[in-house]
Amino acid sequence: MNMNTATAIPAPSERQLPVLEGYTKTFYGFCRQHELRFQRCAKCKAWRHPPRPMCNQCHSCDTEWVKVEGKGTVHCWTVPMAPIGRAFVSDMPYAAVVVELDEGPRMATWVTGIAPADLKNGMRVEVWFDDVTPEVTLAKFKPAD
Amino acid sequence: MSDPTPSILRDQTCIVGIGETPYTRGTDKTALQLSLEATMLAIEDSGLRPSQIDGIVLPNGSAGGASAGDYCANLGIPDLHYTASLQEMGGAQIVSAIESAVFALASGTVNYVLVPNCSLFYTGARARDMTANPNTGLQAAETIRDYYRPFGVGAPPQHYAWMAQRHMHLYGTTQEQLGAVAVAMRKHAQLHPGAIMRGKPMTMADYMASKWVTWPYKLFDCSLETDGAGAFIMTTAERAKDLRQTPVYVSGVASGHPFPPHDIPNRPDILKIGLDFAAPRAYAMAGMSPADIDFAEIYDCFTGQTILQIESAGFCKKGEGGPFVENGRIELGGQLPVNTHGGLLSHAHNTSMNHAIEAVVQLRHDAGERQVKDAEIGVVTGWGGHGHGSMAILRR
Repeated sequence: MNMNTATAIPAPSERQLPVLEGYTKTFYGFCRQHELRFQRCAKCKAWRHPPRPMCNQCHSCDTEWVKVEGKGTVHCWTVPMAPIGRAFVSDMPYAAVVVELDEGPRMATWVTGIAPADLKNGMRVEVWFDDVTPEVTLAKFKPAD
Repeated sequence: MSDPTPSILRDQTCIVGIGETPYTRGTDKTALQLSLEATMLAIEDSGLRPSQIDGIVLPNGSAGGASAGDYCANLGIPDLHYTASLQEMGGAQIVSAIESAVFALASGTVNYVLVPNCSLFYTGARARDMTANPNTGLQAAETIRDYYRPFGVGAPPQHYAWMAQRHMHLYGTTQEQLGAVAVAMRKHAQLHPGAIMRGKPMTMADYMASKWVTWPYKLFDCSLETDGAGAFIMTTAERAKDLRQTPVYVSGVASGHPFPPHDIPNRPDILKIGLDFAAPRAYAMAGMSPADIDFAEIYDCFTGQTILQIESAGFCKKGEGGPFVENGRIELGGQLPVNTHGGLLSHAHNTSMNHAIEAVVQLRHDAGERQVKDAEIGVVTGWGGHGHGSMAILRR
């Protein structure tokens, strides 16, 4: 036992997949069906992401999962170029982007089909779905036509 | 400046003892051993006896090296009145621990508070594993694990680089301006006998030639991973008069949180950080403004976060942090010396325990060749867990 590790911390899995429980299971379940849906308050229609129980505007717990068109803009990004663990080494350099959907929510994702050096803030992008395992599908983006 | 209602907490409490183990890359000692070693140095520095400690504020809970029970058992504290943990603040936890100690002391709940912290960032768990693990108590962990890390954004430099890129886009901040922070910290480390990077000077050309970690962050934009412990002792201004050291008064201290705290992308303004909320409250408590500050120990986990905090602490306007750090302005002898020990980038990484201790050393005028001339007032900031922020304004 490593006496210096105060809390037992498992090594990250090589694939680094989401843990499909609770709201996260719901979110990625829609991705699995190639639908990008975000939580929206059924009462006051405020979007929220990452998903959680309560609307912070009207405090309603009535929630709907609303499909977005899948179009948005590049808000900001980074380009990981040094391995952090073993995951994603073969993907480097990749563009890890915050995309703002036209409906409002923002999400961490990838923008593929473009060299990271050619990304621009505000660039139009659209969603595509990457079935990375039999259970998990990730919503990624590419430059919009 | 107008100050109609002075805070009842202003200058009521002091830091009266400091202690630090050497910082290393690798150690055979346990976190508990290092924590006790630093704690005894701090208690001896103050002139107190260990059994006089009746409050323990643990910045990082028991993950910071030891539990309150460990300290009681080892130091022989028979009657602990108060203990608290600021774990959820992440790296802002040291400065928030000062705030918590102020409350406990000023209320009369305790007489002498120990604030210890050990970081084993080299030998223990890596930051990237802690930040995505909900068991570590960081509220952002599930967000990172389930919504960032599947996209290869799992380590602090990666999600913090989003902010740096946004800052570059909005304000034209340049790579060289990020580099100016790294170069200044390295320069200061040459003057600190215990700095990990002492003896390893770095030029802007060295910085620009360093490898990419996650654009726009290079290796030298990123803080060190080191092992070591530090501790300080706080008491009331009244009790400090009887102690051995020049008291360092807490004039102002405050904590703040970005909104929402647990997710960076969905903040309306991703560059609005906890320190934006905390700094005005700390200045109000102190009855001071940024113009009163002689030096600043800024939580330099990454160069871009240093620039953001310089802005949020009010040393320049929003967006002007890039030009501000250029031309030696943040170096010793400049307008606002920043991280006079070398910071997390070039001294060591013990969250900002080493920043708080350096501020005390400066205000005691014990900093030798890196002493800020006539230093009367200094600032220490904390940053952690996706942008929580805290700030202490200390004076001699």
